[in-house]
Amino acid sequence: MGDSSKIALKAEDIHKSFGTLEVLKGISIEAHKGDVISIIGSSGSGKSTFLRCMNLLESPSSGNIYVGNELIKLKTNRRGNVVAADRKQVDRIRTTLGMVFQHFNLWSHMTVLENVIEAPVHVLKKSKKHAVEQAMALLEKVGITERSHHFPAQLSGGQQQRAAIARALAMEPDVLLFDEPTSALDPELVGEVLKVMKDLVKEGRTMIIATHEMGFAKEASSHVIFLDQGKSEDEGSPEYIFSKPESERCRMFLSNLV
Amino acid sequence: MFDIEGYGLLLLEGFKLTIIVGVFAMVISLLIGLVAALCKLSKFKSLKVLAEIYTTVIRGVPELVLILLVYYGGPTVIQMIASYFGKDIYVDVNPFFAGSVTIGFIYGAFATEVYRGAFMAVPKGQMEAARACGMSGLLTFRRIHLPQMWRFAIPGLGNVWMILIKATALISVIQLPELMRNADVAARATRKPFTCFFLASLLYLFLTIVSLAFQQWAEKKADRGVRRA
Repeated sequence: MGDSSKIALKAEDIHKSFGTLEVLKGISIEAHKGDVISIIGSSGSGKSTFLRCMNLLESPSSGNIYVGNELIKLKTNRRGNVVAADRKQVDRIRTTLGMVFQHFNLWSHMTVLENVIEAPVHVLKKSKKHAVEQAMALLEKVGITERSHHFPAQLSGGQQQRAAIARALAMEPDVLLFDEPTSALDPELVGEVLKVMKDLVKEGRTMIIATHEMGFAKEASSHVIFLDQGKSEDEGSPEYIFSKPESERCRMFLSNLV
Repeated sequence: MFDIEGYGLLLLEGFKLTIIVGVFAMVISLLIGLVAALCKLSKFKSLKVLAEIYTTVIRGVPELVLILLVYYGGPTVIQMIASYFGKDIYVDVNPFFAGSVTIGFIYGAFATEVYRGAFMAVPKGQMEAARACGMSGLLTFRRIHLPQMWRFAIPGLGNVWMILIKATALISVIQLPELMRNADVAARATRKPFTCFFLASLLYLFLTIVSLAFQQWAEKKADRGVRRA
């Protein structure tokens, strides 16, 4: 269980609307250091949108987000949209939050190694030599050293996702956000990515994962949240969620899975 | 059969000037086009509107009309403005500048649309990943968006170049001694219009072929690491 005195990331009553469509209807989350929180739910339940609010790739229509006890300052602009009040604050906070995307989003004009050193060199101002050393260690950790000088298009999906994880780790983040990391992978390749993620769990990393991989959610997480139609329908330990959740919808969701 | 009584040198001189005008105009187009495209893609409505007016008006008026407008009308307007302030000046516009700047300005409008499409073609996820790492908007633009944009822009910009080179022939109407004008002079002097214009055509075609080779090289270079469809 995590260190309960340190809150790595907290979101209070997050609402998000796209025009008139309300996608998030008041979701809260509290991640202590070392927590591994899985967010499950059917497509359209708001998993991705909620996760993307955490690092402000989406701006919540209302609600507060605290990263390491620092509140992300938001304001309403002239057009009535909620945006970041301090762009530099958001950029700085994002360096402490690593994100792994469903479609990898590796920079296609750079090699794998160049992908991993790009942010450390240009944002953290590390020396190229130092960044390369660290990158090679990370690529070895995720098991794709032999691909370091290849371009993303020359890698399999599983390799690309592992490279993307190495890229996120290179920033030495406090919290890792995973947006359905295995959803775009062929079934045979899912395992290699889950293995890397499980290693990260063992290291005690703070992770928040939106996922369809119930096996991972059950075995590796410390806390599970079930989202349905923009609301947190039920949450608790994996044992609770996967055996006897109170929420009817949660039970239906889990029973519909093969 | 191709004896044009020594006017061959004149044609080559014209060819040289055509290339110079073309390159000068193309550089202007590339710069204006990039700026206007960024205006169209920006979040500021005023910039969007300005750029929209530019591309609509310029693409809507024939190049020949614009060239004559700038060359003959330009000095008149400047003199009018100057006399309004009490200064009596005589402005003589250099046909080289009038011609190339006008062409550059016109084809900047076409280049704008090429750039705009190219920027939009880069998958959003690329920039999102950069922002998620803490890269600022400017850094993301410079390191991720702009470099990947070129791959999509090159075919379109190559096309603009091809059309621009042909448009340089229009500057012949303001007496600039580029290829078209010199071919005309040679045709009248030798009374062999077919021969002269045919040779001029070959020179334009030669330029086109060389340009295509350069474009292929540029496309290959920009495609670094990407699997072509």
